[in-house]
Amino acid sequence: MFTLCVVSVLVFLATQVLPGNAAVAVLGRTAAGDPAAVHRLEAALHLNRGLLDQYWIWFSGLFTGHLGHSLANGQPVWGYVAPRLVNSAVLMLVSGVIGAVLGVALGIVAALRKDGWFDHVTAVGALAVTSLPEFVVAIGLIILLSTVLLHLLPAVSVLPPGSYAWAAPRLLILPVATLVIVIVPYIQRMTRAAMIEALESDYVEMAHLKGVPRWRIVLLHALPNATAPIIQVIGLNFLYLAGGVVIVEYVFAFPGIGQGLVNAVDARDIPVIQFIVVVLAAFYVAMNIVTDVIALLATPRHRIPR
Amino acid sequence: MSAVAGTPIAAADPPRLRRHPWLAVLGRAVRTPRGAAGLGLAGFVAAVAIIGPALAPHPATALLTFPFGKPSGAYPFGADFLGRDVLSRVLDGGWVLLLMAVSATVLGVAAGTAAGISAAYLRGHTDGLIMRTVDVILAFPQLVFALLLLSILGPQLWLIVLAVGLTHAPAVARVIRAATLDIAERDYVKAAELQGMRPGAVMVKEILPSLSTPLMVEAGLRLTYSIIIMSGLAFLGFGQQPPDANWGMMINENRVGLALNPWAVIIPAAMIALLTIGTNLLTDAIGQAALGVDRTAAEAALLDELTPAEGPLSQ
Repeated sequence: MFTLCVVSVLVFLATQVLPGNAAVAVLGRTAAGDPAAVHRLEAALHLNRGLLDQYWIWFSGLFTGHLGHSLANGQPVWGYVAPRLVNSAVLMLVSGVIGAVLGVALGIVAALRKDGWFDHVTAVGALAVTSLPEFVVAIGLIILLSTVLLHLLPAVSVLPPGSYAWAAPRLLILPVATLVIVIVPYIQRMTRAAMIEALESDYVEMAHLKGVPRWRIVLLHALPNATAPIIQVIGLNFLYLAGGVVIVEYVFAFPGIGQGLVNAVDARDIPVIQFIVVVLAAFYVAMNIVTDVIALLATPRHRIPR
Repeated sequence: MSAVAGTPIAAADPPRLRRHPWLAVLGRAVRTPRGAAGLGLAGFVAAVAIIGPALAPHPATALLTFPFGKPSGAYPFGADFLGRDVLSRVLDGGWVLLLMAVSATVLGVAAGTAAGISAAYLRGHTDGLIMRTVDVILAFPQLVFALLLLSILGPQLWLIVLAVGLTHAPAVARVIRAATLDIAERDYVKAAELQGMRPGAVMVKEILPSLSTPLMVEAGLRLTYSIIIMSGLAFLGFGQQPPDANWGMMINENRVGLALNPWAVIIPAAMIALLTIGTNLLTDAIGQAALGVDRTAAEAALLDELTPAEGPLSQ
């Protein structure tokens, strides 16, 4: 909570250090000839109030949705960002869930066949993929699947205005595939490590000696004891997705907050930047707490107060 | 470890011991297949980036042929969206990116190390202030924080270096703080304190040299991230401005012509990919080599001490 308050102050102050008058900066050359327009915009942006007043207007706006208007296109910030938030949330959720399931499954297989060929191949693959920038992965997929080699999928994910991501699932495939490819190696490696440790423990050996079937040992004895680190790495990857969507959305022209942020930074559209950054930071902090709590609950011995 | 610290000569002894470990680690890392491959890849791309501008057959910004022209004798990788030679632009488009990434890494690791050592050694309010700042900066995704800073500061190249360096500092500070907390308790640090060494000198002369291994791994890791973020920012248009050549920017400006001349995208993308894979492999090899060295030497004690202090969730 403390962190979030500081973040909001920081993001707000960020706009205050802009050299010169923001209203003049926005209006550009026309400002010189039209002092009345500067005045109107100053009033609209509450620039004529004190610093604390301005902060309060903005901060309370975060909860009421009254965030002013975009400087670039005049739309209300909330109306402009809200549909993008939904689209980005869909993209992150779908990628995160697919990535988690795939990563955990591949991790378990690698752990069961430790030092086998599958383990070695995924280890090298993971090391290579984790070093790649997201946009290189995305471009690679575009080259493979939608332009040069094959023509299976659309290379851009432009949605008709007013529609949401689920209206056109085909457009989601490449952005989701990119993000899944980027997060799976981390989840796979962590699952593998946690599973190997669990499989080498005494209780698993005991279950073996008792004659418990192998699938039962893996899924009911070993996996539950490996959940805490796996949940942590999945949480970390949702955090990562909050940053990763920025560049992936831009590559595919997917109308989410990432693309919105890039466009806003390009146009120095302060109200939009402020809002998107605060939302991302809030998600980041909240996700951190949620991950910690779930990981704690998933570890039986931590539930008992010492 | 006890043999080193047990005698009064201890304070004079460590420098000889300290100068070599990191070189030994590096040598060992480079001799593993992973490290050799990493060094080879990163070295190749760095060589192209550095000597490339001298080898370019054409000026990087000259309009020579028609847009997205196919590869031919004069233009081995064809032409870009304005009809410029792709090969020349690839040869010319790496050095600024590399220089910016290295600068941001040096800046970030230096700032993070200074903050981490100060926090761990001085404790108290300094520690609280530094780590709260770290928490706040870590509340943003790295790229988003860099974009926020750029929207404030403007897109000049040195400001981009500053912004990316700043986003590295908190993560480095956390790692270095954790490592320093342990080192600060060692006998040779205590010995230096008892001899009346000032806190600043203890941090620089006694603690910093002992951090060479985590520092090497951090530097490698941050270099990889720097390249990823720098090329990403260039891809988004926050980097060198046209008509300059930059691998990240080339991918973005030429992707509309993927069907006509894919090489204009594939070659710069491959350069970035080989570079980051190379630095990552090398970092990985250094990390493993460091563990191998440490287990034989005094660091075994450090590992033992670290294990119970790591907290309940790290197992």
